[in-house]
Amino acid sequence: MKIPYYPGCTLHERARDFDDSARECAMALGVELEELPVWTCCGAVYPLVTDSVMDILAGVRNLSYASRLGDKVVTLCSFCYNVLKRCNNVMRDDAEKREKVNLFLRADTESREKIESYTLEDYEGQLEVLHYIEMLRDVVGYDKVASAVTKRLEGLKVAPYYGCMLLRPKKEMKFDDPEQPTIFENLLEVLGCDVVDFPMKTECCGGFQVVNDEELAVSCSQNIVVSALKREADIIVTTCPLCRYNLDRHQERMAERVDGFTSVPVIYFTQLLGVALGIDKEHLDFTDNSVDPINVLAEKSLL
Amino acid sequence: MKLRLTADMLVDEVLERVETLSGQKLRACYQCGRCSAGCPVVEEMDIIPSEVIRLLQLGQVDEVLSSKTIWICASCLQCASRCPKGVEFSSICDALRAIVLRTRLATPKIDADGLTRVMMSDAPQMGVVGALRKLNG
Repeated sequence: MKIPYYPGCTLHERARDFDDSARECAMALGVELEELPVWTCCGAVYPLVTDSVMDILAGVRNLSYASRLGDKVVTLCSFCYNVLKRCNNVMRDDAEKREKVNLFLRADTESREKIESYTLEDYEGQLEVLHYIEMLRDVVGYDKVASAVTKRLEGLKVAPYYGCMLLRPKKEMKFDDPEQPTIFENLLEVLGCDVVDFPMKTECCGGFQVVNDEELAVSCSQNIVVSALKREADIIVTTCPLCRYNLDRHQERMAERVDGFTSVPVIYFTQLLGVALGIDKEHLDFTDNSVDPINVLAEKSLL
Repeated sequence: MKLRLTADMLVDEVLERVETLSGQKLRACYQCGRCSAGCPVVEEMDIIPSEVIRLLQLGQVDEVLSSKTIWICASCLQCASRCPKGVEFSSICDALRAIVLRTRLATPKIDADGLTRVMMSDAPQMGVVGALRKLNG
């Protein structure tokens, strides 16, 4: 089964480990992620001002490309998922903006024809924008994931960290409950993990504010990591490259600020899924982590 | 803090602009403070979210436009998720930033030149793009 896949700029560059592990896992589950032949950055942030049209253009352009391949598009990065889903909602529900954006798409096509044959079609919000976890649950099925598990992650205490962008705003994202989500926990249970519930699982990691104010992001991330540690998590899993960066890269600084701090590895959920599916660790690429996850996984005889 | 209130301050052109641009009703807020209580970056703010809305309700636009708060909001939407009146404070921040960027009634408190080389070479692309989009009004 082929499903159109939008990787986004970060998975194409600094989060190759996320992209690679997701593709390997999908293949093991009988799904081929078909990368869009043409795509651009989605813009990373959905504009919250009501008169913004230009700012959703990048997102819609990608949706238009994806609509040529099928009726769904799958993505992994929480920011991309948020932007694509909200752009899709606008194109489906707001006739005035839809018309304006489609005028841009047509102008885009006219100016591009000379350099590539890929034309942009008018877009009406017809796609179903899925997060990879939703694909596992609704397209593949958690029961099929369960039967593909070759190494149950028994005894591994895993804290699922959602962050903000998958969940909020609830009425648009319709991903799960914004305060008490369970979709991630349900997946981890299928893999045999000992799921750790912790109160900061939907709290913001500081996000892109790290770029302007690193201390701010360290404080936000510290609250999350310490909360997971208090519940004795062996490992934290995330769905977002920026969350991974904030939670993982700043642990030395957290250790300076918090008495008795012990470091905890932070990995992508697809890397953990890969371990459970018996995929070779070389393909799961644990090389970009500041806090090495190999030891923890090896201690539990999982690698 | 001293406030001078006159009737014309409560019907202000900029205030109407905030409501239109954010799509939020400022007067819906009854000051329960859940936005401020849930905000993960509130400690860094010079005016807390519920106070920003109160100041706007009282027509104190200038103070809010020149605040640090509107540049610190990371749009995580925790405020919106917890507001019993359905007000999205993050959208109000976006609208206020847009007004600053479009009118220069105040100075943007974000420094694109301050990005460190380490940050540019190590942070995920989405972080750099997201942060710089704050300068896009």
